[in-house]
Amino acid sequence: MKEKIRKGTVLFSKYVPGEGIKKALTLKREDILFELRESKLKGRGGAGFPTATKWTIVSAAVADQKYIICNADEGEPGTFKDRVLLHEFPELVFDGMVIAGYTLGATKGIVYLRGEYEYLKKPLDDFLSSMRIENLLGKNILGKKDFDFDIIIRLGSGAYVCGEETALIESLEGNRGEARNRPPYPVNTGFMGKPTVVNNVETLAAIPHIISKGGSWFRKFGTDKSTGSKLFSVSGDCEKPGVYELPWGISINELLDIVNAKNTKAVQVGGASGSCIPKTQFDRILAYEDAATGGSIMIFNENRRMIDVLKNFMEFFVEESCGQCTPCRIGNIKLLEGVNMLQSGEYTFHYINQLKELGATMQISSKCGLGQSSPNAFISILDNFKAEIFSNVTDSFIGHGGNNGK
Amino acid sequence: MFVLEKNAMTEEIEMLVEKYGKSRSSLMPILQDIQRQHKYIPDFAQQEIARLLDIHPVEVFSFISFYSFLNTEPKGRYIVRLCQTITCDMQGKKDVARAIERELGVKFGETSKDKKFTLEFANCVGMCDQGPAMIVNERVYAKLTPEKVVQFLNELK
Repeated sequence: MKEKIRKGTVLFSKYVPGEGIKKALTLKREDILFELRESKLKGRGGAGFPTATKWTIVSAAVADQKYIICNADEGEPGTFKDRVLLHEFPELVFDGMVIAGYTLGATKGIVYLRGEYEYLKKPLDDFLSSMRIENLLGKNILGKKDFDFDIIIRLGSGAYVCGEETALIESLEGNRGEARNRPPYPVNTGFMGKPTVVNNVETLAAIPHIISKGGSWFRKFGTDKSTGSKLFSVSGDCEKPGVYELPWGISINELLDIVNAKNTKAVQVGGASGSCIPKTQFDRILAYEDAATGGSIMIFNENRRMIDVLKNFMEFFVEESCGQCTPCRIGNIKLLEGVNMLQSGEYTFHYINQLKELGATMQISSKCGLGQSSPNAFISILDNFKAEIFSNVTDSFIGHGGNNGK
Repeated sequence: MFVLEKNAMTEEIEMLVEKYGKSRSSLMPILQDIQRQHKYIPDFAQQEIARLLDIHPVEVFSFISFYSFLNTEPKGRYIVRLCQTITCDMQGKKDVARAIERELGVKFGETSKDKKFTLEFANCVGMCDQGPAMIVNERVYAKLTPEKVVQFLNELK
C-alpha cells in the first residue's frame, strides 16, 4: 500500500483497507443504519438528501434483486474531488459499496464512471481484482455466509445530464440519458425496476469511516445540520488550487485565505449550476443551510469580467441540456441570447427582467436538476454584479466608438 | 462494406454481446468498444447490434446521437478533446486552441486530412486545478501551454 500524501480529519484520516467491511460484518443491519442516522450524513453530490433515509427505504424493500450505484459522473464544472478519491482512495469508495451491499441486501454494485475519466478504469479494475483475491468481494465475503457482492465499472460517454440519478439509470439500461419523472424514486423503482441506491462517490467514501469510528465521531465535525467534512475542489484565481478537506461551516473568507486567493471579486459556489457570491457576502458559510455545494469552488479575481463567466456557463448548459423538456431546452438558449445582448449592449431592461422571470419559471418547471438549477448563475450574477455588467457595456461602447462607429 | 468486412464486424459484435450479456443494458459498453476499435460506429454495426440485442436499429442510432463520445461518422486516430469550461478558459485555453489549429492546419470540429487527428471541445474534464487540460483518446494532459501542446501532438504523430 502506498503511503498517502493527503492528510485530513475525516475522509483523509487513517484507514486500513477492508477495516470498515470487517467491522460492518460483525454488526446487525439495523445497527449500521442506526450509526448512519447518528452520523447525519447527507448526500455529497449537492442535493444533500439524508443517506440514512435512502438506505432505510431500500433495506426495507422486498425484492429479488437490489442495486448499489456509485455516481462517479462528476461533470459539474469546477468539480474534481471524485477523481482524487477514485485515484488515491479507491478502498474507501469500494468498501463503502460493500457495506451498502451488506446493509441493503444487494448483491451487485455498479460504478458509473464518466467517459472523461476512462484513464481511471484500468487502475480501478485492478483494485477490484485485488479485493476479490482478498475475499473483500465475491462469494461469502470474509467468511460471512450468504453474503455475495460484486462491483462492475461502467463508463459514461460524455453527457453531463447523466449525473442526475434517474438519467444515470436510464443510461445504464441502454437508453438515452433522459431524466425520469420522480416519483417514483430509484429507491422504489430504480435500475431494471428494482430498488436502487444511487450515492455520490464522496458519500460512499464516508461510510467506512462512519462504520469503523462511529456515527457520533463523524458528527463531531462540521455544523449541526451539516455534519462531517467536505472535499472542496478549488480552482480559478488562487495560488494553491486543488482538493481540500475542510469541515462544513467554514466561511468563504477562511477558504480564500487557505488557498491564497488575492483580489477576489466573486466566488462561484456549487459549479455552473450553483450561485455566484460577491465580495460583500464572503462571510457566508459553506454548509447545506447556507451556501450549499457539491464541492465546486471557482474563484474570480478583479480582472475577470463576470459577463464572460456567465456566457461560458450558459453555453455549457445549452450544450448539455438533454432537450426532453421545453423549459430547459428553450429557456437556456433564450438566457444565452440575453447574455449575448448584454455583451453587445443591445438590450432593454424590460427584456432582461423578462428573462429573469423566465429563469424563475425554469427553476420550478424543468423536469430535472439541470434545468432547475441552470438559471441560478444567470440570476445571481445579474443580481450581484449589476454595476459591472451594465457599465461594462458602456465601456465597450466607448472602446468601439459607440454606435456612431457603425 | 465488403462481405468479408461485414462478417468480421458481425463476429466482433457477437463476441461483445457474449462478453457483456444479451440485454439492452449492454448497449453502452458494446458501442464504446466498437467506437474504440473503429473510431466510429458504422451503419452496419448499428443494425447488427440492434439485431443481436433484439431492439430497433433506430433506438441504437438514437442512443448514439445522444452521447457526445459516440459518433456515426469516421474520426481521426487521435481524438483531441480540449476542455472549454471556465477555469481552463481563464488559464489560457484560447492560446492553446489556436496553437493546435495552427500546427495541425484544421479547425476545431474538423478532422485532419491524414485522418490522424480530430479536434473537439469538451465540457469540464475535471482537471480544473491543472488547466488548461485536454484528453487525447484516453490519456489526459494538464497544465498545457501552446508550446507544450504542440510537442505532445508531435510525439503522437
